[in-house]
Amino acid sequence: MHENTLILIEVGALLLGMSLLGRLALRIGISPIPLYLIAGLAFGNGGLLALEASTEFFKIGADIGVILLLALLGLEYTASELFTNLKHSRMAGLLDAALNALPGAIFALLLGWGPAAAVALAGITWVSSSGVIAKVLRDLGRLANRETPVILAILVIEDLAMAFYLPVLSALVIGVSLLQGAVTVAIAVAAVTVILFVALRHGHVVSRIFTPDHAEPLLLGVLGLTMLVAGLSAQVNVSAAVGAFLVGIALSGRVAHNASQVLTPLRDLFAAVFFVFFGLVTDATKLPAVILPALILAVVTMATKVLTGYLAAKRAGIAEPGRWRAGLALTPRGEFSIVIAGLAVSAGIEPQLAPLATAYVLITVIVGPFLARIPDSTWFKVATRARAAAAPRSLGEA
Amino acid sequence: MGVRIEKVELPGIGVRHDLVTESGRRISVVSHRDGERDLALFDVADPDACRDSIPMTDDEAAALADVLGTSVMLSRLTNLSDAAVGLFTEQLELPIDSPYLNRPLGDTKTRTRTRVSIVAIVRDKVVLPSPTPDEILRPGDVIVAVGTRQGLDAVSRLIANGPD
Repeated sequence: MHENTLILIEVGALLLGMSLLGRLALRIGISPIPLYLIAGLAFGNGGLLALEASTEFFKIGADIGVILLLALLGLEYTASELFTNLKHSRMAGLLDAALNALPGAIFALLLGWGPAAAVALAGITWVSSSGVIAKVLRDLGRLANRETPVILAILVIEDLAMAFYLPVLSALVIGVSLLQGAVTVAIAVAAVTVILFVALRHGHVVSRIFTPDHAEPLLLGVLGLTMLVAGLSAQVNVSAAVGAFLVGIALSGRVAHNASQVLTPLRDLFAAVFFVFFGLVTDATKLPAVILPALILAVVTMATKVLTGYLAAKRAGIAEPGRWRAGLALTPRGEFSIVIAGLAVSAGIEPQLAPLATAYVLITVIVGPFLARIPDSTWFKVATRARAAAAPRSLGEA
Repeated sequence: MGVRIEKVELPGIGVRHDLVTESGRRISVVSHRDGERDLALFDVADPDACRDSIPMTDDEAAALADVLGTSVMLSRLTNLSDAAVGLFTEQLELPIDSPYLNRPLGDTKTRTRTRVSIVAIVRDKVVLPSPTPDEILRPGDVIVAVGTRQGLDAVSRLIANGPD
């Protein structure tokens, strides 16, 4: 059979299968991400049936998927939102980093992995999944709740922190010298800061390159600029993902709104390809060996996330039930953890990191949405009410 | 006015506007970036959580705003009289078979007959304050009247049946 024909058949069959998985995820009310990862595992190295011909397609598709994930994340936020959040919620952000990145780093060191892998695992356990959590909040009708801005603020700070974290990780995994690494990070920090500043003060100038009213030139233009900047960023060792994120931030107003509309379907396609690809390149036979460590890591870091949300909500003057809602909603890890793992794995550090990250994300992203529902259950309400009655009422109405 | 509407940013989603009523209940409107909005009512036992969140279309939101707007105008108009003891304000809908339909307000001789003042007429959601005696009464008019309890009851009979 001709090579190209085989690619069409493999890609087509896999996409079709993923569509069915997506429907299944909708039916049982979970995020499709874990199912895509499992699909990837099934057809990759050591899986049930290895797909050979389409690997190249999925590799490029996965790269585009990461770039689009980040670009749309950037489009979602305005620069002023990022600044206000940074100002008001930096304590919550620091708490979040300390409580969730450190356990990951310590865990990697305990396993005897090197410092680069420790930094990678720190990132994997640190970042919650904005996508999954926003969907859970919407599904549970909690967008109007008073603790929701606390949750969102933590997610925004994490996303912004990624703009500084990813270049650091890239420098580390490439194994450049300390000086070179410092230069890379300095370039990244400067670039992020300058672009945030430009976006805040002159966002309309960047947006003026594009016409928001015509879908096709807008799609091509924004996609082109994003990929170009992502590529240039990667060239100077600032992560491609960060470049894409910054393009998203720099666009504003109607251009940003319409661009996110035309790019969303593309993002959905390529992000799904990215998750499948990560599963494809992960050796499924290595998975059983890491299940137990992943489970321990998941339990520990879900607990620390609950604590993070609880404390952040308490600082914001939210009552007991709301603090638990904030904590339990934050537990799923997802797209970013996989992006970080993908970056680390492609640089060839610690072969066990990919299966561990896969198992870890699978556990948190499946368990997390169920944990988020706990505060809505009757027994939980009774329990918190009993506690509130026992303790003196400390309603922090600010 | 002691009412404050608070605006809270929801990064990545939109904005939320909050209103806490005098009775301590919280009502919020979540406006999504894509133009959708939800009206949220809050739990009494758990003041941080919304009990219900109702998605509203543009038309529904506009209609609700209209209804609230009209009732606000009325309560502002009649606020003063409510403070006086023994005086009541009432909104009386003009019966469709009223003998005064399409006749001037003066014909009812309300003040002479019942000692009640007609302070406003609401017509098609528009308030006509202090109507003159030659204002023609139309189908669907709502008459805002201030007076004693007996007086108001008398007005209600008057506009329905004519003079006793």
